Amino acid sequence: MTDGRRSPEELLAQIRQEEARATRGRLKIFFGASPGVGKTFAMLEDARARRAEGVDVLVGVVETHGRRETEAVLAGLAVLPRREISYRGVSLHEFDLEAALERRPSLILVDELAHTNAPGCRHTRRWQDVEELLAAGISVYSALNVQHLESLNDIVARITGVAPRETVPDAVFDGADEIELADLSPEDLLKRMGQGKVYLPEQATRAAEGFFRKGNLIALRELALRRVAERVDAQMRGYMREHGIRETWAASERILVCVGPGSDATRLIRSASRLATALKCEWAALHVERPQDVARPREERESVFEGLELAEQLGGRSITISGHELAAEILAYAATHNVTRILLGRTRRTETWHWRGSLAERLMQAEGDHEVSVLGGEPDTAAPRRAQRLKVESWREYRFSLVIVTGCALAGWAIVQLLSVTDVAMVFLLGAVIVGARCGRGPSLMAAVLSIAAFDFFFVPPYLTFEVTDLRYLLTFLVMLVVALVISGLTVRIREQAEAARSRERRTSALYALSRDLADAADVAAVASTVARHLRETLGGDVAVLLDDESRLAAPAPGDPAFAAEEKERSVADWVLRNRRVAGLGTDTLPASKARWFPLLGPEGAVGVLGIAPLDLDALEDPSVRGLVETFAGQAAVALERVRLSENSRRVALEVEAERLRTSLLSSLSHDLRTPLAAITGSASSLLEDRGQLDAAQRRDLAETVLEEAGRMNRLIVNLLDMIRLETGVLAVQSDWLPMEEPVGVALIRLEGRLGDHPVTVHLPPDLPLLQLDSVLMEQVFVNLLENAAKHTPPGTKIEIEAESRPTEVIVTVADDGPGLPPGEEQRVFEKFYRVPGASGAGGVGLGLTICRGIVTAHGGRMWAEARPGGGAAFRFSIPIRGTPPLLPTEADEAISGTSLPG
Amino acid sequence: MTDAGPLVLLIEDEPQMRRFLRAALDAQGLRLVEAPTAREGLAQAAARSPDLILLDLGLPDGDGLDLTRQIREWSTTPIIVLSARGQESDKVAALDAGADDYLTKPFSVPELLARIRVALRHAARGTGGEADIVVGDLRIDFASRLVFVRGEEIHLTPLEYKLLATLARHAGKVLTHRQLLREVWGPNAANQNHYLRVYMTQLRHKVESDPTHPRLLLTEPGVGYRMRAE
Repeated sequence: MTDGRRSPEELLAQIRQEEARATRGRLKIFFGASPGVGKTFAMLEDARARRAEGVDVLVGVVETHGRRETEAVLAGLAVLPRREISYRGVSLHEFDLEAALERRPSLILVDELAHTNAPGCRHTRRWQDVEELLAAGISVYSALNVQHLESLNDIVARITGVAPRETVPDAVFDGADEIELADLSPEDLLKRMGQGKVYLPEQATRAAEGFFRKGNLIALRELALRRVAERVDAQMRGYMREHGIRETWAASERILVCVGPGSDATRLIRSASRLATALKCEWAALHVERPQDVARPREERESVFEGLELAEQLGGRSITISGHELAAEILAYAATHNVTRILLGRTRRTETWHWRGSLAERLMQAEGDHEVSVLGGEPDTAAPRRAQRLKVESWREYRFSLVIVTGCALAGWAIVQLLSVTDVAMVFLLGAVIVGARCGRGPSLMAAVLSIAAFDFFFVPPYLTFEVTDLRYLLTFLVMLVVALVISGLTVRIREQAEAARSRERRTSALYALSRDLADAADVAAVASTVARHLRETLGGDVAVLLDDESRLAAPAPGDPAFAAEEKERSVADWVLRNRRVAGLGTDTLPASKARWFPLLGPEGAVGVLGIAPLDLDALEDPSVRGLVETFAGQAAVALERVRLSENSRRVALEVEAERLRTSLLSSLSHDLRTPLAAITGSASSLLEDRGQLDAAQRRDLAETVLEEAGRMNRLIVNLLDMIRLETGVLAVQSDWLPMEEPVGVALIRLEGRLGDHPVTVHLPPDLPLLQLDSVLMEQVFVNLLENAAKHTPPGTKIEIEAESRPTEVIVTVADDGPGLPPGEEQRVFEKFYRVPGASGAGGVGLGLTICRGIVTAHGGRMWAEARPGGGAAFRFSIPIRGTPPLLPTEADEAISGTSLPG
Repeated sequence: MTDAGPLVLLIEDEPQMRRFLRAALDAQGLRLVEAPTAREGLAQAAARSPDLILLDLGLPDGDGLDLTRQIREWSTTPIIVLSARGQESDKVAALDAGADDYLTKPFSVPELLARIRVALRHAARGTGGEADIVVGDLRIDFASRLVFVRGEEIHLTPLEYKLLATLARHAGKVLTHRQLLREVWGPNAANQNHYLRVYMTQLRHKVESDPTHPRLLLTEPGVGYRMRAE
């Protein structure tokens, strides 16, 4: 970037952006500092102007709040009827997204971008409706107040004392194609309010009184103006980038904000985002996952994940790494990523009491060029950690603790008879240590206290009272208490670490098992079922994987759970596939579904969707489970993509092979059909044009040529047709009980005169059984083999036909003592269109042997070629012996001769 | 064989086939009536009473097989079926339905003429002729039921004799497996093709000089057998 040239990736990103922009609708936001500045009015004015230009304008939803001037501008514009939704007995009128999508105007007006939809709508938030309209290619006009911007949310809260709950992600605002600022000075606004021209809902009047103070209005106006100015600045930078203009400042700053449980993640991240915007630099949010954090309450871990999500929304990167030592991990990341500023929240006191100083101190002491900023403000109040702990320790541990102390007391009673009281103290200490080593903090503490009480009560004079006369015993009590607490503390730590390790181990092994099985999955369906099965085993509940079938959702496979076939769920899945966002159960989009659907995103877009109908929703909300599901979805997408790619490449390879065959077939056909045709045409035309120049012998020669060449073409066509029949599976073997002699005989008669000087000898043993053969096809086998032998051997070469009967098959050999096959070509000769190198054009298309093998295979036999020991080639095939033919009825008189019967 | 030569009805839809057959048959003194469709063929067969019918099995307007059956209802005029390779079952059906012989396209004119001669001869003589038959080295004396090869008497079983005699009586003409089985073994053996194969092999070993390269008892693959006529 700094050299003013743009990388290919950047160019590609720009092209993609432009492409997306071309199909997407345009978003124009009318932006204002507060209600009443005239956003809606400006929007309607603009819409009227557009309509006058002939644009198809539709009013999706506009709140006039009964203001007359606004209603006057609205008149004459087409208005979409609202959708009525009854919720808890109240009927609410909401924007009808489905109707708007179906109506497809060029421009639609959707007021109040920050609005929250009533339950039952497709999305929980209106800005999501707008996103979908834009994705469908519909341009949108909308209105937004500055206090509803996500990143400014906390500043607004500090200015006005009211934290708006409805916020819009900054990405929506920044992604808008146009922002129009509706501005009004605070004085004018207050005047308008005084005239009752600003609408305020009744219940909000009191809050509004505080809100519409002049100081607030000035601050909000400043915020709005600054935000718009920042956007203009960003546009300027974008313009410079797009046009390759070198930026005048160096983007050397890089901010890293560290979030963890217990820190106020969202506030930290908003600050980082603002700082980054002001410094015009990249920023990232880092979370270091430590083993001991697993034991933290869920809300704390949740807040970290929310923070990371927020970071992505605000345009930063979010990174999670795991490690033990916070400072070390943060420094390592900072060093490798050239971070210049590290942002931290103020941590709770327990964290600060580290023997090497607080995290901030350790970061500052470390070497490096980074600055460390600690954000002020009140950190979260301590979460009820103890309550969480108690759940871990069962009542059984308390019982165990009680039993041990009782045992110690009894043992002590026995010991005190023989030894001193200090030895009894040792017994109690031992008991406290045992409990501490085995149980949690609570039971350990109980054991320590009970031991002290029992020791004091039973063994320290005065007996049977809690009074202590000898102060030395107080030291014993203290030591017992401290030892019990230290040991139980250690135990709890070890347990937490073990728990964390176990959970990591579970996740890792689940992932390992998944990726191992995915590697074996050969097709798309196998990938889908493997992912579904693994997720089911890991999460419980029902899991379905539906695949993308040419931009539509494929039908569920037979093994998929019932919910995958439901119309409603499929429409959610379909939405997820098209919009590539998570939707369904417990999300902002279509939350009433039974399942939550995740898109499986490959490099080329969504390849399918993953639906999970969990046993209970809470399980799905657990951040570690969510991470796991997302990893699974990622793995599934990669595997699907891999399978698709390999299927594609296989198909392409097949096509190439088919293409090669087609080409070679066409070239041989055009040669092999044209040669005889040329000879026929030439000879026939000579005969036709003959005016007595040709003598009888010449005429005969020409006529013979015609006949011979026609015969050659006929044989070629027969072979081609047989090949097609074999390939298309039309060739049906019509077997009959046949002696091998018969097809051999027919072939020899058919080839009479064509074998030239190739004497054929036939050796068929008399005990050869009848076989199940198709007489026509078997004859073709012999014809092709004999013709082949005659074609590829010099005249005078002997051809032998032999057969040998084996227990389960008959082996037939057609051999010659000619030059033999080129070495190593024994297999290739059976390939389609194969011709022995150097053979003359007199050969066929190279189908003869292929057909032979096809016919033999169709008979259940095998065919192969080998070199003959004495030289020459041998083609052999086997025909299986399938049973024996039914017995012949014996003739009454076997030895009878014709003469013995009277005439 | 001048203008009173035998009348041949050619039922064939391909003009180039008709053209070549017209020239070839005319040169041999045969008179020709042509019909391009099955319907016209049937009409011509009734109107002209031809001495022989050449029937293409692949007619556009109907089944040659049906036409064969219809003609056989009132006429014994010999029918020679013309068909392509790979239609063995059609040929067999046509032969079983009453056709006398078949030729596979492409065929040569001498082959066709030989078939026509055989068909006409059989039609003229009927099946009653019980004179001696001599083909090549083989002589069959029907009166005394004796069979000679190269002048030497050979011994045949009754069924072998019956098979040979049946083929010899129709010498030059193809007989389907079914026809032979019915004739030799009786109507119940019509599907026992292997009887025929076994006896044919035995017969060839007794009659032929080289049974693997038969010259007399020819196999028509997928259809039946034929004894060489001359």
